[in-house]
Amino acid sequence: MFRSINNNQGELITIYFEGRALNVPKDHNVATALLEAGISSFRQTALNNESRGPYCMMGVCFDCLININGLDNQQSCTIQVSDGMKIRRQVINTSGKNE
Amino acid sequence: MNSTEYDIIIIGAGPAGMSAAALADHHKASVLILDENCAPGGQIYRAIEKNQKGDNEWLGQSHQEGLPLVEAFRRSRVNYQHSTKVWHLSSAKVVHYSVNGKSHSAQGKQILVATGAQERPFPLLGWTLNGVMSAGAAQILLKESGVVCEDAVFVGTGPLLYLIAHQYISAGIPIKAIIDTTPRGNYLRALRYSFGALKNAKSILQGWCWKREIIKSGTLYISNIGDVRINGSDSVASVEYCQKGKWKNLNCKHVFLHQGVAPELNTSLSAGCDKSWNERQACWTIDVDQYGQSSVEGISVAGDASSIAGGVAAAQRGSIAALNMLYTLNLISSSDREALSKPFKKKLSKEMNARPFIDALFKPHLRYRVPQDSRTIVCRCEEVTLAQIKESINVGCKGPSQLKSFTRCGMGPCQGRLCGLSVTEILTKELGVREEQVGYYNIRPPIKPVTLAELASLDGS
Ligand code: FES
Repeated sequence: MFRSINNNQGELITIYFEGRALNVPKDHNVATALLEAGISSFRQTALNNESRGPYCMMGVCFDCLININGLDNQQSCTIQVSDGMKIRRQVINTSGKNE
Repeated sequence: MNSTEYDIIIIGAGPAGMSAAALADHHKASVLILDENCAPGGQIYRAIEKNQKGDNEWLGQSHQEGLPLVEAFRRSRVNYQHSTKVWHLSSAKVVHYSVNGKSHSAQGKQILVATGAQERPFPLLGWTLNGVMSAGAAQILLKESGVVCEDAVFVGTGPLLYLIAHQYISAGIPIKAIIDTTPRGNYLRALRYSFGALKNAKSILQGWCWKREIIKSGTLYISNIGDVRINGSDSVASVEYCQKGKWKNLNCKHVFLHQGVAPELNTSLSAGCDKSWNERQACWTIDVDQYGQSSVEGISVAGDASSIAGGVAAAQRGSIAALNMLYTLNLISSSDREALSKPFKKKLSKEMNARPFIDALFKPHLRYRVPQDSRTIVCRCEEVTLAQIKESINVGCKGPSQLKSFTRCGMGPCQGRLCGLSVTEILTKELGVREEQVGYYNIRPPIKPVTLAELASLDGS
């Protein structure tokens, strides 16, 4: 389980994951915010439907891709959270369509 | 299309890039520096300004070594663009980059690639499961966001693995176990270089202290193992390791992997820079002269982006490269270049003394560089297994670029960054040839995925 070691997390904002509201520190990136909320499956792979989540946290691996505000393939470890952000798990089938 | 012109364009604001920028600015060069992160420091000194305040003892002293670099960089008048994505560097020294979804271009008279290192791939069976991350990721979570993971298993070798484990222990975060994959024979091999290493005993001793404190803390520490794999269906259920011929099981939900770092190659290679296989570090390194000048005129590569030598060496190499670029730009004389680079060269050579020892000690075992189990995924993006790669070799595949068309290996969004080294070494082993004969992927722009909208937004186009 991921957790914060800071007693004071500073200003919190609200983001939504699959419709569920999460209060997260405003300077977290999306990947960190979701991990801290206990979410580890960010997307499903196109070929084998494997569940994937962040691996490198430094913009290299692209395993943290997720749907943010309706857009697929958002590299969540490099994007800062913003108030009201709507995030969905990314499921793209082999024809390239989001289900 | 008109692009802004600069004397020097630097890609990357880690120790090499920051040092070069501050020095070039001091000698009146116009400098543009582009960085992916939201603040300067690179990976080694990531979030250093943020962590300056507060009691972050766990960060350790080496982190604080970066502060003067960042401060000097902040004082300079360079054009610093953070949160940018450089997606093209041409041999004609044109750089294309995007900020907030909008693309820009800039023309440099000189270019410095200072994109640093990335973690080596660690293709174990199960390394794509949810809950497996790199140890570098654990460190970024801690440094940047103060987020930790309890009861994780750390697997691998190398200073960064001990550093993060040590930081966890100092911060009171329980670790389930550390599985050390350092090959036993490495200790003996490294001994040969210990004389040189003694000249820079500080960096060696530090790693040693971390390791000793980890063991002293009572954390389960497992070494001399034969193999490792990660089990689970969607997410991690356990780590298995083989000790004296017996498989043992360790239940856990989180695993952090690390087996050293390798240069970020894509930027330099896409501009046409020559590379060579470095057997000591088991990775490709970019060919540069003593000033960091690559095989492409006007493009220099400094710091870990050319070959792995660590943060302190990177700062020196950045400064030396900057002085050479200033000389090429006629902003300083050749005698100034020599005189001014002396102290940097001295410090660099001290750092380099310890390198053969560190390289020998932490060179990951071939078993972990070339996966053993044919079910292991090698290319995470396109889900290509070792079995598929072997099949392609059997039907005549001779190199990484060909492998792309056979299997799509290396064609996903990471553009081979997480499989390229494994692929070179798998092909080398299977074909019974040299790494140089096998080569690496042909890297073509864009070197980071860009959307059509980003391309279309290119100013002036
Ligand atoms: S976690 Fe690797 S790119 Fe985001």
